[in-house]
Amino acid sequence: MKQDEKKPIDTEQQITSPQNREQQADVEQIEAVSPWKDAFRQLRKNRFAVAGLIIIIFFIILAIVAPLLTSYSYHEQNLANRLQPPSGEHWMGTDDLGRDIFTRIAYGARVSLQVGFFAVIGALVFGTFLGIIAGYFGRWVDMIISRIFDILLAFPSILLAIAIVAILGASLQNALIAIAIINIPIFGRIVRSRVISLRAEEYIMAAKAQGMKNGRIIFHHILPNSITPIIVQSTLGFGTAILEAAALGFLGLGAQPPTPEWGQMLASSREFIQLAPWTLVMPGLSIMLVVLGFNLVGDGLRDVLDPKMRN
Amino acid sequence: MQKPILEVDGLKKYFDIKGGPIGRKVGEVKAVDDVSFMVMEGEILGIVGESGCGKSTTGKAILRLIEPTAGKVKFQDKEITNLSSSEMRSLRKDMQIIFQDPYASLNPRHTVEKIVGEPLLVHGMTSSIQRMKRVRELLEVVGLSPYHAKRYPHQFSGGQRQRVGIARALANNPKLVICDEPVSALDVSIQSQILNLMEKLRDEFNLTYIFIAHDLSVVKHISDRIGVMYLGRMVELTDKNKLYDDPKHPYTQALLSAVPLPDPDLRRERIILKGDVPSPANPPSGCAFHTRCPYAMDICKEVRPDFKPVEDNHFVACHLYE
Repeated sequence: MKQDEKKPIDTEQQITSPQNREQQADVEQIEAVSPWKDAFRQLRKNRFAVAGLIIIIFFIILAIVAPLLTSYSYHEQNLANRLQPPSGEHWMGTDDLGRDIFTRIAYGARVSLQVGFFAVIGALVFGTFLGIIAGYFGRWVDMIISRIFDILLAFPSILLAIAIVAILGASLQNALIAIAIINIPIFGRIVRSRVISLRAEEYIMAAKAQGMKNGRIIFHHILPNSITPIIVQSTLGFGTAILEAAALGFLGLGAQPPTPEWGQMLASSREFIQLAPWTLVMPGLSIMLVVLGFNLVGDGLRDVLDPKMRN
Repeated sequence: MQKPILEVDGLKKYFDIKGGPIGRKVGEVKAVDDVSFMVMEGEILGIVGESGCGKSTTGKAILRLIEPTAGKVKFQDKEITNLSSSEMRSLRKDMQIIFQDPYASLNPRHTVEKIVGEPLLVHGMTSSIQRMKRVRELLEVVGLSPYHAKRYPHQFSGGQRQRVGIARALANNPKLVICDEPVSALDVSIQSQILNLMEKLRDEFNLTYIFIAHDLSVVKHISDRIGVMYLGRMVELTDKNKLYDDPKHPYTQALLSAVPLPDPDLRRERIILKGDVPSPANPPSGCAFHTRCPYAMDICKEVRPDFKPVEDNHFVACHLYE
């Protein structure tokens, strides 16, 4: 990341000429602005990113305090109360088995955020690892890893996820693994291309000239400088992973009942779309909002962290 | 003074040109093609040439930052081209490099303290207090202040950054420093400050420099001896006064005639070379300069001239002096 656009704080003369020693005392007060702090400051100015952040924080809080917000259980059925419209008692109504939808949405936020988190972590760790190996060492290592990425990317991602779940068996955990796997090449490619461009940077050659080992160059020089695209992709990938988990849930390949997973909630209530639209709208809206939140923050982060997008 | 610290013998670096669907080798760029010279302890050897003539590649190949294709490099009587990578790593504290672009050669995510302290750490100074002390000391040596240690590179001007780069190169008390166009990216007013600093440091720490540049007046100012490169080959190498007063090689003559004179009344015959520099992927046969040489003879097209002394301490690769 180039920082050229920022002006140098003091000029050459101040350092070299002795009569300016006094001025240096003032200069000393200037805070050493780390690139991270600066990025965060910029992010706060982006209204869409702040809105996205608020949405995400809202759902995180919802997931954490779910048991405190509701007196209902997400799995206990109450057939006498089935398909109730939203009311004071059931804020979002009840589903076909008489379960409180708000409770299921709140507990569903736990499931979705967990899936997003672990799928992104898994994809990030393996994708970054492979991407760095491929980009830094090049040649045949790069050849093999890149071809594997190409093969993985040649499948439509959801189809690949279905295939993986079909092999492993339908469960939330396997859906999570499948989502992580299909996201590995996305991270891998971003990191690989970043590493290749970094490898040509003079400060990497300088690190080598100082006598550093490959491990040190990778962890102290290459990784910190490739972290920004990884962060952006993680945020965007979080949304995608939630969406993919919902899709797998909808197809019956993800979370199994009675787990309150939003995609699976959509699937089980689609017969009642005319009779009780709230059973469908609420989980659908939740998915949309969370994914929107992550995409807004992701776009905001990209604008802040990628100097080419800055104006 | 007369003991060689570095001997370069027949150094070559060819870059493969890859083409076709499976990336087969279809040719090679002869960036450095059989360059030999010696650097004496304590001297400043200038290397000049126009862009693309292979001077930077020569510098980096000596340090094995770019792996040379062929040739030998002897540093302090020790052959280094066949050292293992771990042996090479520990040797790097004695041979350092200052890069051309101070904006690209400092890691933007590290503070100056980390940038200058890292070479100390990798060469065994594990105590962070000791490192901090040394970093501060080094910053003062290069004309910065100790409080600059906490800053990031983007908070400095180009000249200050180059000082940081110099401090980093000097961290482990190297014996040889390769300066790869250290002032070409700087303003003219800053250039002289950095050049004076480098001269001062040479005297203070008994350094040896290989000073790569394309600016002839800069090289004349700082060097003891100067080598002229053309298309990956060294064409002339001698003391700086001999080179400027009595250039032997036709290319050197043309190059020196292009240096602007400070006196507007003085006029000098300018030798204008015809055509462009040939591509190093397909260099001319025989002497690489024969396509543009005003004195080209038949033999120049056939035989590559040897790089040999025509006078005491004056090496030239040209058929005119045989």
